[in-house]
Amino acid sequence: MKIHEFQAKELMRARGIPVPDGRAVTSVAEAIGAVAPLIESTGNPVVVVKAQIHAGGRGKGRYLEHPDLGGVNVVTAGTDGGVEAAEREVRKLADRMLGATLVTVQTGPEGKPVRRLYIEQGVDIAREIYVSVLLDRATSRNIVMASTEGGTEIEVVAAETPEKILKVEIDPGFGLLDFQARELAYGLGLEGEAFKNGIRFIKAIAKAADELDTDLIEINPLVVTGDSQVIALDGKMGFESNALYRHPEVQAMRDLSEEDAAEIEASGHDLSFIKLDGTIGCMVNGAGLAMATMDVIKYVGGEPANFLDVGGGAEKEQVAAAFKIITRDPNVKGIFVNIFGGIMKCDTIAQGVVDAVAEVGLDMPLVVRLEGTNVELGKRILDESELNIVSAADMKDGAQKILEATRS
Amino acid sequence: MSVLIDNDTKVIVQGMGKTGRFHTDKAIAYGTRMVGAVHPSRAGETELFEGDTDHSGVPGRPDSYSVEIPIFRTVKEAIAATGATVSVIYVPPPFAADAIMEAADADLALVVCVTEGIPVADMVKAKSYLQSRSCRLVGPNCPGVITPRECKIGIMPGYIHEAGRIGVVSRSGTLTYEAVHQLTQVGLGQTTAIGIGGDPVNGTDFIDCLRMFNDDPATEGVIMIGEIGGTAEEEAAAWITANMTKPVAGFIAGTTAPPGKRMGHAGAIISGGKGTAADKIAAFQAAGVVVAPTPTDMGAAMLEAMGPPGN
Repeated sequence: MKIHEFQAKELMRARGIPVPDGRAVTSVAEAIGAVAPLIESTGNPVVVVKAQIHAGGRGKGRYLEHPDLGGVNVVTAGTDGGVEAAEREVRKLADRMLGATLVTVQTGPEGKPVRRLYIEQGVDIAREIYVSVLLDRATSRNIVMASTEGGTEIEVVAAETPEKILKVEIDPGFGLLDFQARELAYGLGLEGEAFKNGIRFIKAIAKAADELDTDLIEINPLVVTGDSQVIALDGKMGFESNALYRHPEVQAMRDLSEEDAAEIEASGHDLSFIKLDGTIGCMVNGAGLAMATMDVIKYVGGEPANFLDVGGGAEKEQVAAAFKIITRDPNVKGIFVNIFGGIMKCDTIAQGVVDAVAEVGLDMPLVVRLEGTNVELGKRILDESELNIVSAADMKDGAQKILEATRS
Repeated sequence: MSVLIDNDTKVIVQGMGKTGRFHTDKAIAYGTRMVGAVHPSRAGETELFEGDTDHSGVPGRPDSYSVEIPIFRTVKEAIAATGATVSVIYVPPPFAADAIMEAADADLALVVCVTEGIPVADMVKAKSYLQSRSCRLVGPNCPGVITPRECKIGIMPGYIHEAGRIGVVSRSGTLTYEAVHQLTQVGLGQTTAIGIGGDPVNGTDFIDCLRMFNDDPATEGVIMIGEIGGTAEEEAAAWITANMTKPVAGFIAGTTAPPGKRMGHAGAIISGGKGTAADKIAAFQAAGVVVAPTPTDMGAAMLEAMGPPGN
């Protein structure tokens, strides 16, 4: 699960991790109202206006409606003109940013609507570095990753200058050890007060990762200020969904408006669904088989419209819900149902398909491939249903048949 | 011959709830020697299983079964009373990592964890705990392990399997069934099929299975089914190049998966440009693995890897 930057900073602040002061706002009036108290409490006339969406690359991103405007804007008008000049500038920015659509490298060309801004104090940046905590699948342990190249995407650093990435492995029995934090701080070239503050920061985010069951904490950039403070200028946190049950405070931060409506609806029916851009809807049991079904559609020359795993124990209601979700996508021209019955019997799923089609109504081609437990019974149910269902012999045959049916 | 489990394997089940009961019954019907259960709140009770076996009517094998399984407080007590060497776990996700560690501490040779949805942090701890112990973990989030006609541990449908010549290892449940079904249809059959699970942190990996199959005299070839996410397939490919003496066929799911999205399995995600199907397929091919272009071609790919009959 993803959360916004302002929420990640709330969680960090609550754990004593240094972050700039800031206020999340959803209207122009609130944005203006945030400026004076922020400048007063920090004594810093510079404020930053940041779009809050679930995607990275906001600074370099541009608004669809305003090609000259990025997602992160520094307001320096307050330095000479005082609070009122800062407020005027924030009003102009908020007016353009709120309700507009921000396109970044991570949003896709359609972008994401900006519903919230974060008004944050300016920070006197001496250096930008990078720190993250994430799972290393090769060792099955969390690692702390650090780099002197703050502000650059870590994937770029990894590709171009891999020697600039430092890693230490966290033993789950002991947590991050002091000497490991020191190693990283030395490697980052921190000195004096910044060295001490850096160690404190690194230990604190490793602890937060453990306490909060994050699958990623990424601070990019982490900044060293002119007076040697070490502060999270940006903050990204992702949470491991299997562990969310033990973190109600994190669950409460879920922003459904950032997620795909069909994916939310599907998860309510215990369906695993991901929308794609193609024209052939798929309904499959099992995650691996569902992925492979998309692949085989592509292999025969089609484009899958979705990933959909109905799971191992799908009931008729789930099958009906799956059909409704698939057919609501206006791009979908036909549906391919691919089932390998194991514990779930083919006759059960066949009856589920027939009932669901009768209930939902279906005005597009449907190809069904059944294999496994009670396959003959299942096929007979489909044949006797008098519905316009095409049977397929195997996965490839099914993919070819649905492709032909949607092209004619 | 086979790997991990056979006719003589005695199995206990941790977690005798609705799911545990259902699959214990299926395992007994298949012929698995289920000898005990661990369920702290039901210790001292027994659970009765009765029905027709999967091999009713087969000469020399029983047509029906009636088995009363004792329930114990701890894994250690269950082992002491039954002599079991293997455990299968159906405990709910919040308690499953603890069940794995209990099984490991009791010195079981093998623990198969079927449970899906265990927190990653719990598995990181459990895996670290296992490092200093001799117990082998298969899973979690896996269909289990089966040696056809001998022993079935997990949730796979038994009847699609046929005793034969090929070792099967896979990260996906239903794709394993697909592969097994095709191997049965083309007449190759299976020695043992192992589902290693779809989670980012798991026990037994591809290389462990390849090594076991390479050493098993009955296994003549191996099919491995991977998917996007992580680098386990690439590492397995390197191991094959250096060590494997038997033919290998493979399939990778997720060619069309978009980056940054979890494709059902917690471990099936392309992140930071890593873990793509294209990389894995290239690694397989470089290691001489015959890669099936579609999942329908897995049986044919295995036949091709085995070469003409008589070789």
